[in-house]
Amino acid sequence: MANTLNPVTDTNTAANSITDVPHTHNNKLAADDTMLADQYKHIPGWGMDADDHDPAYPMRHYNGADHQRINYEKPPQQPVTVEILHSIERPTVSRVTSDRLPPKGLSGAIRRAAFKYSEANAMHWMGLILADRVNMVEGVIDDLRRGHIPNIIEERGWKAEWKYNRKGVIKEALIGAAIITAAIAFSSSKNKKKKALKAMRAMKAKVTS
Amino acid sequence: MIAMNFRGPYRIRVDRNKPEPEILHPQDAIVRVTRSCICGSDLHLYHGLVPDTRIGSTFGHEFTGIVEEVGSEVTKLKVGDHVLVPFNIACGACPLCKQEMYGNCAESNSMATAVAGIFGYSHTAGGFDGGQAEYVRVPYADISPIKIPDGMDIEDAVLLTDVTPTGYQAAEMGGIQKGDTVVVYGAGPIGLMAARCAWLFGAGRVIVIDHLEYRLEFARKFSFAEAYNFKEMDDPVVFVKRTTDWWGADVVIDAVGCDASGSAFQTVLGKKLLLQAGSATALHWAVNSVKRGGILSIIGVYGPPWNLFSIGSAMNKGITIRTNQASVKRLLPRLIDHIMTGRLSPKDIITHRMPLEEVSEGYHMFSAKRDNIIKAVLIPPKANVA
Ligand SMILES: NC(=O)c1ccc[n+]([C@@H]2O[C@H](COP(=O)([O-])OP(=O)(O)OC[C@H]3O[C@@H](n4cnc5c(N)ncnc54)[C@H](O)[C@@H]3O)[C@@H](O)[C@H]2O)c1
Ligand SMILES: [Zn+2]
Ligand SMILES: [Zn+2]
Repeated sequence: MANTLNPVTDTNTAANSITDVPHTHNNKLAADDTMLADQYKHIPGWGMDADDHDPAYPMRHYNGADHQRINYEKPPQQPVTVEILHSIERPTVSRVTSDRLPPKGLSGAIRRAAFKYSEANAMHWMGLILADRVNMVEGVIDDLRRGHIPNIIEERGWKAEWKYNRKGVIKEALIGAAIITAAIAFSSSKNKKKKALKAMRAMKAKVTS
Repeated sequence: MIAMNFRGPYRIRVDRNKPEPEILHPQDAIVRVTRSCICGSDLHLYHGLVPDTRIGSTFGHEFTGIVEEVGSEVTKLKVGDHVLVPFNIACGACPLCKQEMYGNCAESNSMATAVAGIFGYSHTAGGFDGGQAEYVRVPYADISPIKIPDGMDIEDAVLLTDVTPTGYQAAEMGGIQKGDTVVVYGAGPIGLMAARCAWLFGAGRVIVIDHLEYRLEFARKFSFAEAYNFKEMDDPVVFVKRTTDWWGADVVIDAVGCDASGSAFQTVLGKKLLLQAGSATALHWAVNSVKRGGILSIIGVYGPPWNLFSIGSAMNKGITIRTNQASVKRLLPRLIDHIMTGRLSPKDIITHRMPLEEVSEGYHMFSAKRDNIIKAVLIPPKANVA
């Protein structure tokens, strides 16, 4: 049978005509190793690691250590100096822990509640996501309290956007302006719907033209 | 010290006076960072998809650095050693570490049993500060970190902390047999490396699928792969079937994870409404692209609690699914050999080098895929290495 196992270069040209990709008859039983190796000479190390990796990781590394799971020699326990929430699927904290950002405030209270549920329970993860969003607001309040107004332009890395996607930024700014104008027209008019729609349409026409 | 500071989804700033870390455990070391990377995994944090990502966290799980201080029980590392620090925090003593499952260590993460401690990867992965800073506390310093081998480029070294072993393990978990057709979803650093490593295991054909042309182009050169744009396909699954004689790929690797695009339904449900952990578009395609009886290797990261993909087809097709965090330490000897002999050149994927102080821009560029970015390395001002 014809061995068409070398599409690496052939098909590169076909990349753009997706419907026209050659079919391979990938008959590895017929293909003898040296022939294959010869075919892939241009790829450094082809087939070097092919032997003996089935079953693959992690099964291949099974050595029965699991059966010593109660009696293994543990590292010393790091003193716990801050509140550490631990999964209820384990008996206690791990031997090392992080002392960074212990639970605090409202987000902390939500996190504590979330940690009453196991990792199999949506209350655990959804609670944590909720806490993350609350924590973000706490972060802003905290900043303001210290007299720091978060610089959103800097935080969102928009300097890079201006450098690498100037057209996109301008387009978005125009669309934003259109929406704001439309919103103003909407709220300040008695004939609300009509005017807002009109303004929207006009702006859209401007932006897309 | 200077450190990145997470303020909420898409918001990162640079702190200039974050307190320096201290030794908290006799097996700790303090490392002065010389290089750190931004990873596709960091994007999941950046986009707010990983639960328990606390405001004020410092990310960064891929870094090299110089040992500044060691705890009383550290014997292998010495002050002044230039080390690469695998992203898994592993005790080396528990039954999981004893089976070389360093990404699953039982003694490094209190917050979840589902994953071991990871530097700078949310409290779900232990809450440890990461390497996008000037200094890092490195627990269990004698276990995972190793001195950068003589003559190795620092950029190859920093890519040994995650990208190279992760890509290699993605291919390894595929159980590739000589001549196999391997399909890799995702042409980010991980997919590119997985595709490249598939050949080491004797793949006969390697196909990379993404929608970013510049990355597909890169895959053709760096990974010696065929590369196709899913935006130009009616259905990527049918595409894979057709190009494998209507059979399916022997091995499929998901190197995309929960920030996948390609399905509005998945995106709205997972990334806007947060009713699933991000979007599982690539995973769903992967299950359906593999042959009956084939192997699916999932290296892309999905957050808890669940994702929408067709486990029913996986059963009906009898496919084997293998997946894990990369076990970095386990793979270092083999990969150092591949790098030192020139068979692998990870640093070729680095497209951007920027000062640590520009970390916000770095994240934005990597997230929005600006300026043909593939991999960005951050250099702290005190990085001075000889
Ligand atoms: N298991 C581990 O140990 C481990 C370690 C590191 C990274 N990862 C994970 O690997 C994944 C990739 O990381 P990366 O650094 O390469 O990230 P990346 O964001 O640079 O790459 C992801 C690529 O996937 C592409 N993509 C998006 N949707 C797609 C789809 N439906 N089909 C095909 N391609 C699609 C994107 O265009 C992008 O090029 C992430 O989920 C990351 O968290 C896992
Ligand atoms: Zn990474
Ligand atoms: Zn362990």
